[in-house]
Amino acid sequence: MEWLTELIADIQFVFFEKDRYMQLVNGLLNTLKITAGALVIGVVIGILIAAIRTSFDKNKESMKLRGGVGYYILAILNGICKVYLTIVRGTPVVVQLMIAYFVIFASSDDGVMVGIIAFGFNSGAYVAEIFRAGIMSIDHGQFEAGRSLGFNYFQTMRFIVIPQMFKAVLPTLCNEFIALLKETSVAGYVGVIDLTKAGNVIAGRTFIYFIPLITVALIYLVMVMILSWLVGILERRLRKSDR
Amino acid sequence: MKKSVKILSVILALVIVLGCFAACGGSEEPKDEKKVLTMATNAEFPPYEFYEGETVVGIDAEVAALIAEKLGMELKIEDVAFDSIIPGVQAGKYDMGMAGMTVTEDRLKDVNFSDSYATGVQVVIVKEGGSIASLDDIAGKKIGVQTSTTGDIYASDEFGEENVIKYENGALAVEALKNGKVDCVIIDNEPAKSYVAANEGLVILETEYAIEDYAICFAKENTELQEQVNTALKELIADGSVQRVVDKYISAE
Repeated sequence: MEWLTELIADIQFVFFEKDRYMQLVNGLLNTLKITAGALVIGVVIGILIAAIRTSFDKNKESMKLRGGVGYYILAILNGICKVYLTIVRGTPVVVQLMIAYFVIFASSDDGVMVGIIAFGFNSGAYVAEIFRAGIMSIDHGQFEAGRSLGFNYFQTMRFIVIPQMFKAVLPTLCNEFIALLKETSVAGYVGVIDLTKAGNVIAGRTFIYFIPLITVALIYLVMVMILSWLVGILERRLRKSDR
Repeated sequence: MKKSVKILSVILALVIVLGCFAACGGSEEPKDEKKVLTMATNAEFPPYEFYEGETVVGIDAEVAALIAEKLGMELKIEDVAFDSIIPGVQAGKYDMGMAGMTVTEDRLKDVNFSDSYATGVQVVIVKEGGSIASLDDIAGKKIGVQTSTTGDIYASDEFGEENVIKYENGALAVEALKNGKVDCVIIDNEPAKSYVAANEGLVILETEYAIEDYAICFAKENTELQEQVNTALKELIADGSVQRVVDKYISAE
């Protein structure tokens, strides 16, 4: 029993003296803010890039035959997207974050905002590839069927391809969101007190590492479990129409 | 679901109740052996004194242990509230008080102090011609620090956590100062000098943010112990033992 009373005394000291648990709460809020903001930016960027890249891949032959500037505009946009994907996926997110904070947004002192933008741009690259894979995986017959029904390209996408695509990519997308949530733990590098950093700060002041670190780990775990649970529900709902 | 919530709350309640028992019980009987050197401290001040498990460790604890060894006494550490160290020493409850205690005029009225055994200097780096010209200007400005250093701890307590931006290391804090993300950096004197030397346009404020000249306090009438401790300290400082203890807890980084 001694270890238990000792542990409880330690927990009291670590979290409740000087209201240190508030640091964890604020850290958690920052983690959630960054994750949520980055998620939105990531999905928007992801949709845009996936749309550009798949339209180019699907339409380049016909557009080339038809001639006109449309082909060239799409080709240039496609090239830009490819460069973006290469750079973002080719460098570590910590490095991107520090470049964003200390170089690109050097004049901004809002670390959370810079974090949202940096993580959003990072996540966007991965989300784009997930969406693109989803769109490409839909049988071309579906697309042709839409066009035969008199839908134009965007209507076919909107009503036939994307709903099917979304269902197919949901598990992978969930993966990416989980990864994003955990990746925000490097936000401490740019002076943001996120959940991980808050744990470190408490450990640094109390010289007890075990308790804050385990607590931080548990909070991440619970968040990821909640996220997977929600996605699971969504998946089940979407599957209802399958039969 | 509901059942598990119930069980969980019962466990939680048990844990809290047990915790209270643990906190309320268990004060130790003082040993009646002779030659015990009782030191009062307040173990909430890392790296000078803090708990590692159930024992108080830190610079003060180790230096005190060295002193006790020199005097051939057995060290006993009492962890009390900081404010009750001096009254306790005055009343003879403790032989000495050692708690990262800075020598001040006020305290000298009540107790005697040994020679200083450790000094910490925290300085403020600012931009040349920036908005901070003296320590009085810091309040309300953004302060960059290295996470968990004494500069961080002091600044967080004095100016509020929301004004203190904690970076992974001193160099990043200085980089943030150059970019204007923070208005000043509070950091140890030694690294501060090299940062300023390496970066044009940065200066160290003339007045230090904090000087910690730590000494041990004794009751006014207990000059005998004061002299013994001073002699022991002199030897320990001369042979580098004190420095070794300090280095162990405060890396030169």
